[in-house]
Amino acid sequence: MNCIQLTQARRAAADREVRQRLSASLSRHLEVSLGRLLMLLAAVVPGVAAAEFDYALRAQRVADGVYAFIGKTEDFTPANGGNIVNTGFIVAPGGVIVIDSGPSRRYGEQMRRAIAAVSERPPVLVINTHHHPDHFLGNQAFGDVPLAALPATIEGIAGEGNAFAENLFRLTGDWMKGTEVRVPQRPLAAGRTEVAGRRLRLLALDGHTGADLAIYDEASGVLFAGDLAFFQRAPTTPHADIGRWLAALDQLAAITREPGFHALVPGHGPLARDAAPLLQTRAWLTWLQGALRRAAAAGLDMNEALARPLPAEFAELPVAASEYRRSVGHLFPAVEQEVLGGGH
Amino acid sequence: MKFPMTIAAIALAALMPAPEAAALQEAGDPLASARWVDMQRTVLGGAPMLFDPRVKVIAPATAENPLQVPVTVDASGLGKVVEVIVFADFNPIIEVLRFYPEAVPAYLGFRVKLQQSTPVRAAARTADGLWHVGGTWVNTVGGGCSAPTAGSASKDWQRRLNQVSGRQWSEGELAGRLRLRIEHPMDTGLVAGIPAFHLEEIEFRDAAGQRLMRLQTAEPVSENPVFTLQRGAVDGPVEARGRDNNGNTFSARIAP
Repeated sequence: MNCIQLTQARRAAADREVRQRLSASLSRHLEVSLGRLLMLLAAVVPGVAAAEFDYALRAQRVADGVYAFIGKTEDFTPANGGNIVNTGFIVAPGGVIVIDSGPSRRYGEQMRRAIAAVSERPPVLVINTHHHPDHFLGNQAFGDVPLAALPATIEGIAGEGNAFAENLFRLTGDWMKGTEVRVPQRPLAAGRTEVAGRRLRLLALDGHTGADLAIYDEASGVLFAGDLAFFQRAPTTPHADIGRWLAALDQLAAITREPGFHALVPGHGPLARDAAPLLQTRAWLTWLQGALRRAAAAGLDMNEALARPLPAEFAELPVAASEYRRSVGHLFPAVEQEVLGGGH
Repeated sequence: MKFPMTIAAIALAALMPAPEAAALQEAGDPLASARWVDMQRTVLGGAPMLFDPRVKVIAPATAENPLQVPVTVDASGLGKVVEVIVFADFNPIIEVLRFYPEAVPAYLGFRVKLQQSTPVRAAARTADGLWHVGGTWVNTVGGGCSAPTAGSASKDWQRRLNQVSGRQWSEGELAGRLRLRIEHPMDTGLVAGIPAFHLEEIEFRDAAGQRLMRLQTAEPVSENPVFTLQRGAVDGPVEARGRDNNGNTFSARIAP
């Protein structure tokens, strides 16, 4: 299809340059002072009339000793304050295991109070399922509790957390006041483990991001799928690898077929008693990948791919149109490269 | 010599459909940008110009990824165009690229890096020396010009530097379409310690050696640029060649 000739020069200079680039990029990350940025932003973001920034968190019982806080199936807005995410907790014999901490310090604090209303036992561990900001920015409220995550998630929060927090401040405003990144220190590994007297199965997967932790509570049969599962809301893809994501969905689906399985808590959207969130996420990702490939193969550029209509199947799915637009922005360049023939 | 602006506008309007003619403007930026007066002076050198709806600039109103904002410029409605300048009022580096559509329609798709929300405009010069200006606002989180490129974090980018891939479509709705992708970091020079490093010149020729289009690209063009041209009915292979500001060159033959 194409016959390529290539001329190259100045390899030594290029080598030198790559070293400079790496060190420049590193020092740039270290220089950012989040506190200062947030103060500056606070001055320009218009105030929100939401009543005392109350997320109105109410623990929803999933099974004995297992609860979830179910967020809205919306985009981040100043009205919802970022409460578009699901978090949860397990009341174990030795204390409470917290799964994700929400989009802000306020959320984390309100979540902790809502947990205390259900159980007198103290939180003993906070687990962040992946490095997206709506899942870890409430960590501050659990300053006296160990924070744990997969190693690549810890790295992601340390590297990109401040930029994410800055963006959430822009999108939701004063709900974010006082929020600072707390990086988990305790690395988690895949496999069965006992936490505070409760047996958990940790699944180290990826595809939604470079590291996605799913947690299966064997006693109750509740699967916390993190953002590998979206339900009644279109999936987000800023760090997605669709092939890997589909493979991860296979592994989660296998758990839902186990005799003890009872319920699935998706990262976004309502609880399910079956594999429906996995099927819906799979259907969206499969369509999205196919649609982008077909668009690129037909010769469309990114603007034309953006203008393509959604299929009827997803027309009613909340935030489908905006997530499709975002996904084109994130994924189309790589798909296009496949079609044009990656350069050789 | 000062161009007789009003006469030019009247003459043009007489040749255009009424709604388009009504939208011709010699003054008063339709995008109401505080930077327009400066743009007119610095980019167009104060030369005679009109805001002309036949110069179409297509870009998303809200760009998800400020590093890869798709822009399509279609000035083919003007007929023969000599030169097109694409620029963004509020970008730290204002000029994005220039193209000279010598033997193809005045149509080009590409992607840009934007540092903040800004008008993205195209000024197309016709043979009479008049600039026809169109544009659109793009809202974005920004930061696209001062973020390190992916190439800067990759260990093997220099191995792939200037690798080219491309394809032509000869059938269907998009017959005559040509797309070219070049591996290049397109560093803006605005990230500390990373000097500007970008493609400067690209040209396309047909099998007979006739130049179809010449491009001058600047720092704001996105990393690993992809260009979309529309050849019309013409067939046959296209030869693309180019050069960056460090003297690295590429050439590729894109079969139909």
